[in-house]
Amino acid sequence: MYELKKLSRVYPKGRGKVTALKDVNLVIQDGEFITVQGPTGHGKTTLLLLLGALDKPSSGSLVFDGQDLGTLPESRLVDVRAQNFGFVFQNYNLMPTLTAAENVEAALVPLHMPTPQRRSRSVAALAEVGLADRLSHFPAELSGGEQQRVAIARALVKEPKVILADEPTGNLDEVTSAEIVALMERLWKERGMTLVVVTHDTQVARRAPRTALINGGSLTLRVNRKKVAQGRPAPPEAVEVVEN
Amino acid sequence: MYFRYLGRELRRRARSASVVAIGLALGVGLVITVTAAASGVKTAQSQVLHSLYGVGTDITVTKTATPGSGGPFRFGGSPPTRSQQGQTFSRDRLASAGGLTTLNSADVTAISKLNGVAGASGTLNLTSIHVTGTFGDGPTGPGGTSGSGSASPFNVSTFTVDGVDAHNPGLGPLSASNITAGTSAVAKWFDRVPKDSSSSDQLLALVDSSYAKQNSLKAGSTVVIAGATFKVLGVVSLSPEASSADVYVPLSEAQKLASDTSKVNTIYVKADSSSDISRVQAEIQQLMPKVTVTTAQDLANQVSGSLSTAASLADSLGIWLAAAVLLAAFVLAALLTTASVNRRVREFGTLKAMGWHSRRIVGQVLGESVVQGVVGGALGIGLGVLGAFLVTKIAPTLKATVGATGLGSGAPSAFGSGRGGFGGGPGSAGGATRRSFAHTFAPNSHTVTLHLTAPLNLEILGLAVALAIAGGVIAGILGGWRAARLQPAEALRRVE
Repeated sequence: MYELKKLSRVYPKGRGKVTALKDVNLVIQDGEFITVQGPTGHGKTTLLLLLGALDKPSSGSLVFDGQDLGTLPESRLVDVRAQNFGFVFQNYNLMPTLTAAENVEAALVPLHMPTPQRRSRSVAALAEVGLADRLSHFPAELSGGEQQRVAIARALVKEPKVILADEPTGNLDEVTSAEIVALMERLWKERGMTLVVVTHDTQVARRAPRTALINGGSLTLRVNRKKVAQGRPAPPEAVEVVEN
Repeated sequence: MYFRYLGRELRRRARSASVVAIGLALGVGLVITVTAAASGVKTAQSQVLHSLYGVGTDITVTKTATPGSGGPFRFGGSPPTRSQQGQTFSRDRLASAGGLTTLNSADVTAISKLNGVAGASGTLNLTSIHVTGTFGDGPTGPGGTSGSGSASPFNVSTFTVDGVDAHNPGLGPLSASNITAGTSAVAKWFDRVPKDSSSSDQLLALVDSSYAKQNSLKAGSTVVIAGATFKVLGVVSLSPEASSADVYVPLSEAQKLASDTSKVNTIYVKADSSSDISRVQAEIQQLMPKVTVTTAQDLANQVSGSLSTAASLADSLGIWLAAAVLLAAFVLAALLTTASVNRRVREFGTLKAMGWHSRRIVGQVLGESVVQGVVGGALGIGLGVLGAFLVTKIAPTLKATVGATGLGSGAPSAFGSGRGGFGGGPGSAGGATRRSFAHTFAPNSHTVTLHLTAPLNLEILGLAVALAIAGGVIAGILGGWRAARLQPAEALRRVE
């Protein structure tokens, strides 16, 4: 699915430069659940944005399904995003003027789907995350956990190959966080999609077979042997193995 | 989805959207009001020009009397003898009107033969003065028959007479476009008069409706001009802006009454085309160096007074003010739309992350702006209509003065420049008559009073809607351009 080779991302900052990612090598298998963990400002979100074709690497290659995302023009990247990626953000990023159902429907707009089909799929997605009775509610009328469920439904509704979640539990209490992670994990298992979750939370990070640890722009991998034993192969880059 | 999203977004930021719409409405309303007022001023100007210039006439040729050339007013006849003292008298006198001296009828022919001239027609504008009174016993004044020192009062009545060339219905004061009532009478007059120069039809007159009402005249009545009796063929009304006389008679009869069968005092000229006017003007001037050759443009240049001020105000200050307000509204709309886009960076970044194309996002922003523009346009039309209504209601009366020469400067031949004549006498008739003369003999310093209106038409309203939508489109394009340039990663990172 993903193959990152010597991937670097450098941002200009004032007269200098900031290296957010440096020579990152990573392979993510189709259908894999991987978490990305590390201190704030060390490149986690940068990696997620690159994986979601929302940013371009400064050097190295980022191949997704045989396409080098670093060389595709923006017009093409838009279509890649529309067809393959579903995003879940820490702040939910729901449109405040749209209802839960409309927010989910908005994700289908780029796919040029007929309106009735868009609506039925939105309703189904919300039902799947347990919000069948909240279709007409606006984000402001929903709790944080419910808003994040809407965001997950929005990410899922177009049946993407990859779900990219950036701190999905960052604004939620412990109980709700557990519910959201459990929901994502369930959907990952049921749907067989690739799930990449950026998180601070070690408990969340350890629920994935592999965790990419990012520190100062460099990446190392940690393998959760118990999770691997549940059927996930340990990729060759693993440098640290934990019993969990 | 597009319209739901658009409508809800506008409702969400109703205050900002209202400010944009109201700003555009103010600009558009001002444009409508100023444009309507300017249109009203232009209409007023054209009315003024129309009143001073024969419709269908491109050029007028006149000759102004030299100051003081007219000499004192005389009724003619001998001074009263002692035996006449105490007896009543009645005198009629016809004088060339308008401080004009006469031109030769041959000049009309000469002008009509010039290149570029479609037609020329001579008119003799006369003022009939009817004086009655009683011979007094005092010495006669320098004006001849006067009574300046006498206590005997004079009764003076004046009316104006136009001798019209009946062979040229399309040119001159009775041209069709000047007539608002009595068209059939005029047509009949132009039909009957030219047929037989010896017939009684030559003594047919048309009278102006105001004069007819004042003197209880109607078709079939008679009117006496300098002793000659004319039968009234009909009553006519000329458009308010046209310069009308009280009585219209055939030119040949007017010439006979004025004892000068080959004279006219105004020549109306029609050019082949508007592009020929300047050339024809020059040719006439070359042919007749001492005459005054006037074109519509000359008259326009002479228009002064409050109408001219209003025109300048509408043309300069009004238009600039409207443009400034409109520009400010556009800038305000653009700034608020751009600010709105800046506040929605996360929203647009998220949409881009979901795969929305920039053009779709630009379309969304543009649509919101256009709706604001349309609402602003609708409000602006309301404000503009109200503004135009108020202008029409409360605008002061405007006056336009053309070629102000004043009494005496171009002294009429018969009345001189205030020497003798009726002046000097303590009698009540003196002052009143002098005012009357001022009015009669200074038509070249013609003042027209008009009420300014601000007419609206579909073009103005269409322009307003177009401006409002243009404002919305410009703001939307700027905001959309800002949104399109947003890099999704940058937009999403800014949230962190």
